[in-house]
Amino acid sequence: MQHDDIDFDEIISKYKADPYDYVDIHSVHTGRLRFQVKVGSKVEGVSGEWRHIPGTTLYILNRERNSKPVHSPTNGEVSFIRDDLEGQFVEADEKIITIKHPLTKREIIDGILREVLYPFVAPERAKYFFSMDIQSRIDKYGQREVFIKPGDELFTMSLMKRETPVYYDGEPGIIHSNYFKPGESVDQGQPLVGICPKATLPLIQKIITRVKAEWE
Amino acid sequence: MEDINKRLLKVEDRISYIAQVKEGSEWGNLGGLQEKTAKIRENFYDYSESDLVDQIRALEDAVQFLEERCEENLSPMERVRIVRSPLRFSLKDILENVYEEYTELGGEEDANIDPSMVVAKANILRQVNNKTYTQQVMVIGHEKGQGEEYRNGGCSKPWGNEKALRYMLVAQTEGIPIHFYIFTPGSFPIEDYPGAGQQIARNLYVMSKLRVPMVSVISEGGSGGAEAIGLSDSRLMFSHGYYSVISPEGAAAIEGKIREGEKISKELVENCAERLKITAWNNLKSGTIDRVIEEPILGARRDDFAFFKKVKAEMIRATDEVVLKTKSLRTFRAYEVSMKKAEEDAADIENYVDVTWELRPDEIKRLLTLRSRKYRNMALWAFGGKPEPSAARMNRAKLKVAQAFYGIRYDVIRTHRKFAQHFIKDVSGESSVFLKRVVAPFSAAYDFISKKQDYRAVRPVLDRGGNGPVGDPYLGDTYTSTLANEDRTVTCPNSLKHGCKDLWIPDLYGEFCGVCENCGHHFPLEYEWYLKNLFDRDSIREFNAEICAGNPLNNQGLEKRLKAAAKKTGRCSSMITFDAKVMGVDIVTAMLFSDFRNGTVGAAEGEKFVQACEVAKLKRRPLLSYVHTTGGIRIQEGTLGVIQMPKCTMAVREYIDAGGLYIVVYDNNSYAGPVASFLGCSHYQFAIRSSRIGFAGPRVIRDTTGQEVPPDYHSARNALRRGHIQGIWDRREFRRNLHKCLLTMGGSKLYYR
Repeated sequence: MQHDDIDFDEIISKYKADPYDYVDIHSVHTGRLRFQVKVGSKVEGVSGEWRHIPGTTLYILNRERNSKPVHSPTNGEVSFIRDDLEGQFVEADEKIITIKHPLTKREIIDGILREVLYPFVAPERAKYFFSMDIQSRIDKYGQREVFIKPGDELFTMSLMKRETPVYYDGEPGIIHSNYFKPGESVDQGQPLVGICPKATLPLIQKIITRVKAEWE
Repeated sequence: MEDINKRLLKVEDRISYIAQVKEGSEWGNLGGLQEKTAKIRENFYDYSESDLVDQIRALEDAVQFLEERCEENLSPMERVRIVRSPLRFSLKDILENVYEEYTELGGEEDANIDPSMVVAKANILRQVNNKTYTQQVMVIGHEKGQGEEYRNGGCSKPWGNEKALRYMLVAQTEGIPIHFYIFTPGSFPIEDYPGAGQQIARNLYVMSKLRVPMVSVISEGGSGGAEAIGLSDSRLMFSHGYYSVISPEGAAAIEGKIREGEKISKELVENCAERLKITAWNNLKSGTIDRVIEEPILGARRDDFAFFKKVKAEMIRATDEVVLKTKSLRTFRAYEVSMKKAEEDAADIENYVDVTWELRPDEIKRLLTLRSRKYRNMALWAFGGKPEPSAARMNRAKLKVAQAFYGIRYDVIRTHRKFAQHFIKDVSGESSVFLKRVVAPFSAAYDFISKKQDYRAVRPVLDRGGNGPVGDPYLGDTYTSTLANEDRTVTCPNSLKHGCKDLWIPDLYGEFCGVCENCGHHFPLEYEWYLKNLFDRDSIREFNAEICAGNPLNNQGLEKRLKAAAKKTGRCSSMITFDAKVMGVDIVTAMLFSDFRNGTVGAAEGEKFVQACEVAKLKRRPLLSYVHTTGGIRIQEGTLGVIQMPKCTMAVREYIDAGGLYIVVYDNNSYAGPVASFLGCSHYQFAIRSSRIGFAGPRVIRDTTGQEVPPDYHSARNALRRGHIQGIWDRREFRRNLHKCLLTMGGSKLYYR
């Protein structure tokens, strides 16, 4: 991804104009629907140290005399509700509520980075470690000073006690973001690192600083 | 002037101490006295010396008067406040003042495995006819450490109790008595290895047969924490201490159904403290302690040296008594000691006789018998359903006959039979070797001339008949839970995680035996399901059904609740004891079930359990303790409930030592006292899937430690991970697994071995 390709102003203004995420809630299965919230209701998401406290109850779906409460996955405000379905029988997977979730500074930064960084994803569900060479360079110079190019041995994948080298095959650049912890299993397809072309780095830093400063 | 200043300071301290006990200055004339002392202090140098002396004397008299009035009507909660006062003596004061010299073991101060538990090898000195005798003792106790935050207020962690246990065994090796000092509001309720409950259970198990004299003294005895070092031959208590099943605040939260975060009213706490019967005199009356050591007015403090002298005398006396009871001339010598005590104050008792505290093997045996008898007889009055005198006589006669029958059957006949079998086996083995040597040349010749047949391995035939569950006709005609009689679906609690589909109740509680077919989550089932599906058809013979839970402390409202529970369940205690068969193997079962007061254990349940151990021991049968649910000790029975912990552990230990097999299976929720004693001490503990096992629930942990615990903190899987249980069983495999255990585990004295 080249520096010229990215229109940062557009990205920033997009988030500025509408700093929300719209989460659609669908009926989990068929059943008779009873809403527990109204348009404008504030809702809370899952919380607790172990994510064990469920969010606000959005609706109760009754099927075969089994009342199942469905909780909000995120915090925000109810922006849309299918009032006409109150007390009615609904089909599975029908869109019934939309939650307007105010994006946090971190979510915005993550969103921007996702658009501008090149993600390197896990080829298998396994544990990953930086290769010896990369790790020593990170230890010596810091993560964002390590430049990688296609063909470099980036990771050691540890699966069933066997260690396999993983080679980088994307755009050349520096390791900007690290999404994994050494020794913890990462699912297949999950990003491990975000790679940023060296030239783009100052601009990305500037944008992050700007987001941090401007967003509350 | 300096002396006067000191006296004034002392008066101020005494006033503030009374205010602390009374929780405010409103009582008596405390406010006025405080003002007066403040005024004297303000104008200290304006008064003449004689004026000051007069004023302070008047103040001292007034404070003395107030102290006496306060002492006369001390409420239980005020005693609790005395015990919790930072001015109260602690174990370190006792070590300094009662013992001559001591060496702390297992760490010192904050450099310690658990600073709340102090262990010391100490010398205690006694003067006999102007001669000094030094005797060694192991001192083990909680240290509240006034002002020392790292002591954790005397709440021992599991590894603190483990340290205590380690040094108990050292004392046993060295043959020296142990003095326990209990200063704990309760055990620190965490499940880190080995878990608070597990460690207490281990301590109780070992202490029940520790081969040295043990004396314990209670200042603050908080339930399980106290029991961890509380099982002893002589149990004393300080007159201003408290010994309780739960803290008054905890009891108030339960009784008043107070939600988390809500404030508990002072009156309710006072009321609960009163109802729990926690004072030394209450405990003496109910027989949970042996003697009370009198303290000075409003409790002893750190500088009451006369009191420490008394403690020393009482500890020597108690140890002497324990030792003398094991001697052949015990009646005479114990009588001498007690007479001496009656004659004069305990202060110089040690000047009279010198008793050696070393025991010979026969004396140790007697010590253990006496300890066992002591606990066996505790709280016998605290439950109902005892037989009439004539029936009791009949029962005793039956017991004698049974003892003779099983004695002859298993000890005499079987021993001889075993001997004969061994003999025959040995002889046949020897003779076959001999015969082989004789016939070897002939058989070799025969083999040579005859044609050898090809060896073909015979494929083993799968035996589907016999004892296997497939061939068992009873499982074909299963009892179906009454929960299945409903036409609706339920959601598995793991549906979000594992994507389980809704379950139709008749399927779930019928065919699936309450188990989610997708993730294996076990929905709770009623205890009757187990009665019908675990044991062989019509094999259950219940005994002691007439022993019923009582209200020994006359707790307000308990009578009504017990009646309601009896009406609901048709039973009169939360424990069912019965003989039954599992795939043809006779076993004795003690089952705690949830419907009766949430499976709590009181004097009746304890007695039933002890009798079940005795029956199993007598009949040489395995003992199964199936815990459908237990909520702990029944708090309304106070320390009579707590005492069931050592009592039942003692019984179970004797059963195991006699060569039995004790298996515990936890289901649903098992918490607190029982898990920390007679259940947790089993070598073979298992859990049914989706059950929870622990010492204290999440709320108590939050309140006590200030820490949040993860939702799966008490899960069976975590209990397995930390080695508490030995396996997790599927409900549908319970019968088969149990049968396997019966055949492969346990001692050599089981009837079928």
